[in-house]
Amino acid sequence: MRKLDQKLIRDLTHMRGQALAIMLVIAAGVATFVMSMCAYNSLAWSKETFYREFRFGDVFSSVRRAPLSIIPRLKEISGVAAVETRLVYDVLLDVPEMTEPATARLISVPESGENELNKLYITRGRMMEPNRTGEVVVSEVFADAHSFVIGDSVQAILNGRSQQLKIVGVALSPEYVIQIQPGSIMPDDRRFGILWISQRDLEAAFDMTGAFNSLSLKLTYGANPDEVVDELDRLLKPFGSVGGYLRDQQLSHQYLSDEIAQLRGMAMMAPAIFLSVAAFLLNTVLSRVISQQREQIAALKAFGYTNWEVGLHYMNLALVISLAGTVIGAAFGIWMASGMTKLYHTYYRFPVLELRIDIQAVVLVFLITTAAAIFGTWFAVRSAIRLPPAEAMRPEPPPSFRPTLIERILPRHWLSPELRMVVRNVSRKPVKASLSVVGIAMAVAVMILGSFSLDAVNYMMDFQFRKAQRQDLTVTFVEPATASVVYEIGRLPGVIDSETMRSVATRIHFANRSKRVGIMGLESTPQLYRLLNTGEQPVAIPEFGIMLNTRLAEVLGVVPGDLLTVEVLEDKRPTLNLEVTKIVEEYSGANAYMNKQQLHKLLKESDVASGAFLKVDSNRVNEVFHELELRPGVASVAIKDAVIDSFQATMEKSVLVMRTFIAGFAAVIAIGVVYNSARISLSERSRDLATMRVIGFSKSEVSTVLLAEIALFTLLAIPIGWLFGFGLAALMVSGLDTDNYRIPLVINPSTLGVAALVVVVATVISAIIVQRRINELDLIGVLKTRE
Amino acid sequence: MSPGNTTIQTLTTKKSPVFRAVDVAKIYEMGEVQVHALRGVTLNLYDHEFVVLLGASGSGKSTLLNILGGLDVPTTGTVHYQDHELTASSDAELTKYRRNYVGFVFQFYNLIPSLTARENVELITEIAQSPMHPLEALEMVKLKDRADHFPAQLSGGEQQRVAIARAIAKKPKVLLCDEPTGALDVETGIVVLEAIARINRELGTTTAVITHNAAIAQMADRVISLSNGQIIGIEENAERIDASELKW
Ligand SMILES: Nc1ncnc2c1ncn2[C@@H]1O[C@H](COP(=O)(O)OP(=O)(O)OP(=O)(O)O)[C@@H](O)[C@H]1O
Ligand SMILES: [Mg+2]
Repeated sequence: MRKLDQKLIRDLTHMRGQALAIMLVIAAGVATFVMSMCAYNSLAWSKETFYREFRFGDVFSSVRRAPLSIIPRLKEISGVAAVETRLVYDVLLDVPEMTEPATARLISVPESGENELNKLYITRGRMMEPNRTGEVVVSEVFADAHSFVIGDSVQAILNGRSQQLKIVGVALSPEYVIQIQPGSIMPDDRRFGILWISQRDLEAAFDMTGAFNSLSLKLTYGANPDEVVDELDRLLKPFGSVGGYLRDQQLSHQYLSDEIAQLRGMAMMAPAIFLSVAAFLLNTVLSRVISQQREQIAALKAFGYTNWEVGLHYMNLALVISLAGTVIGAAFGIWMASGMTKLYHTYYRFPVLELRIDIQAVVLVFLITTAAAIFGTWFAVRSAIRLPPAEAMRPEPPPSFRPTLIERILPRHWLSPELRMVVRNVSRKPVKASLSVVGIAMAVAVMILGSFSLDAVNYMMDFQFRKAQRQDLTVTFVEPATASVVYEIGRLPGVIDSETMRSVATRIHFANRSKRVGIMGLESTPQLYRLLNTGEQPVAIPEFGIMLNTRLAEVLGVVPGDLLTVEVLEDKRPTLNLEVTKIVEEYSGANAYMNKQQLHKLLKESDVASGAFLKVDSNRVNEVFHELELRPGVASVAIKDAVIDSFQATMEKSVLVMRTFIAGFAAVIAIGVVYNSARISLSERSRDLATMRVIGFSKSEVSTVLLAEIALFTLLAIPIGWLFGFGLAALMVSGLDTDNYRIPLVINPSTLGVAALVVVVATVISAIIVQRRINELDLIGVLKTRE
Repeated sequence: MSPGNTTIQTLTTKKSPVFRAVDVAKIYEMGEVQVHALRGVTLNLYDHEFVVLLGASGSGKSTLLNILGGLDVPTTGTVHYQDHELTASSDAELTKYRRNYVGFVFQFYNLIPSLTARENVELITEIAQSPMHPLEALEMVKLKDRADHFPAQLSGGEQQRVAIARAIAKKPKVLLCDEPTGALDVETGIVVLEAIARINRELGTTTAVITHNAAIAQMADRVISLSNGQIIGIEENAERIDASELKW
């Protein structure tokens, strides 16, 4: 081995604590990156493959009832490659071990058993056999949630008639990779399931022979999707089309794409944070090493080692650390990605979802960390390269100190000599001191960034489902129900209060933008389904005009007072001109609201309801379920509490794992920065400290000089870190803004507290290590050596 | 002047100079103040020659040595090493010059603390063209048995001897020593000086040694005295005394 490399290894061993700390910071960044990229790659690949091989549709639409005879005309639309029509009905399902009903989406499968688009992947059992009635294939998550085995039966209410359905198979569909009930913002595997059933069965039950109510299209390569949708809407208008939409509005696809985009975002953000901290640490450590070794550098150069050889020697010190960090980080990242992929399996179902190691990402992150290491150490290494050997032969002049501003302001006796040393040391190297503070602040920020999402989601849930919506049950009807039906439901024993709503599919136009939106007509001062403003205060619904939620207003670029063109997509399809009266706060969906009576008037209809909100006596909930289940008009019943509870439970479980990792990573940063800056201060000042000890200062007095500095840095860093945390969280929130939900920028005080605590603990640990070093300070040794 | 002196005089003048320094000045700018470390030094050094530089602290000895060794460049004046004009050489050329021709012994040892005595020597032999064996070099300074000790485990004098072993191990054409015996007692001082003299004798290395100890001057072919950045006298010794006979 080259002797210079031998020196490298010895130097590294000597500074192993610092090297390890920096290595771990790099490893944390690399791990996050590799984990995100591998998970991204796995998810994206599984998605693409599933979509392609099972022919996921490009366009979707639903109609009230269209004859099959229209299909040839749909196929003629330029850009359409394939058409699949089907019957889709949401029905209530009586599952043996559940007291409350579940909602099942029944989707027809052609008699051949082979869909042309959105094909099924059978994971267990078989497809329905032609000519047999009452057989269904259920979606995997639903089957898993209820531990269904092949041969089990469920009881469904089809068009008011209870019918026994026999499970013959379990399947996956590219349309329902994640299974979310429309109107819900989260999956609920127990209460919402997909059931595929033979077309004949469904035609018979809903009296739809020769007709369809849902369709999906596949486009040719290079087709203009918007033109296809326009043409499709035109053809289906007479049959009660509520408007076609593309994949980007398809729920499962949206969630999946959001998740994938989120991984991308994480992959971008992590290296930026961790590697800049690592670059800074490498810079401080290497600057110190080089200034400590200037006489060695002089000797090397005097004997004919080139500037380049000397520079590379020190650069290698950084590169070894970064390489080790990369290797460890990549391995850890891959391991985390495999855990992540397993976690995805809870929500996202593909025929194959296996870890795909992204070699490109590993190579890329290696290049990035190497670049960061070179960048971080460049100035230090350059000083070693440029160091004139003759000059380096002479010891470095003692640093020049001046009384600082603080000392001039404060009365002399306020600062002990030890504290005066602290103040002078910090103010002599203000850049390094502030970078240390920034580094520790980054740890606080990472901690906040990693845990605020739970605060945000909890706030969102609380806002939406406790403060705004206070109903226990939400009932939707198959067809708009008459006032008498609603009245009857409101009078069911156990129902304390009820409210109705009318929802209608529309397309809202403003300027050159448009969006498919369901407008909900509500009573003028709703008590159950309330709308709130940003200040969480209920908003009364004006008699005229339309109200938009924040997301929709944003998408359309609308402010109160603007006039919207609303194209109703149901029945008589009137076009309405409505003024925006208010913007209401909501975190999920893009929704619009108006006065229910006004909506009836504009639609020229009687007092009907698409659904009802019920407040129910908690002891009689089962009774009410049972009653609703029996009613033919009822399409679905959503139970708010159950939904929220199950969601929060899974959410917290998965977040907890992430949170632990992130806390670990944040601690790594904090320890890395605190320990390094303390070690460097110790090495820079070991002579002073030894001298202090020799002239009679006690160990603890000597420690004060160093530890006070550490404490000062950490104290300054905490509030700054909170600010950084807010900033980064805001950045992340805006990046995660999707059509489905907006994440509020909410950070609980407890999150701030925990972030500070983690950093304080990291500081204390570092302080203890440094304290031990001070105790071991070899007085004679330190004073003997020249520096 | 003794007759012997004349012989050497004629002998040395016949030789071509290895180093030719003409009117060398070195000025350090220290903000407002200018420090004249060297003020017009003109000097020839010859092949095989053993030169001692004497002078008070701050007289410019180290500065001159550094310039001859290609570690530093003068502010004005020219320095030639054989055909190379050091004063016109690039940094890379100076590095090559040091690598191939020069051995240094520093006032402050400048050993690499993380390498053992032997490894410190190997660090240099690795990049030299025809070095001696590292242990041979350590043997010359009587430190072979401490080869595997780190600098921190050696006394100041022992460290200095390692530094000398390191300097001579590459069999340099030029050996420049800045107070090689400063930290040593008589006995070890003599060991060290013998090693230097042996290299000078056996390899014909042009050797320049800075010292405050006038006694050492008796070993030299010539003694050059510096004061305040100028040469104030060059004395030639009729006879070189062997290191073992030195008394101080
Ligand atoms: N890098 C420098 N910057 C400023 N002044 C310098 C520098 N190097 C040397 N000097 C000054 O130049 C003069 C000569 O220095 P030099 O080191 O050559 O003296 P010296 O004869 O070797 O002294 P000593 O015997 O104490 O080692 C001194 O006054 C010194 O202060
Ligand atoms: Mg000197």
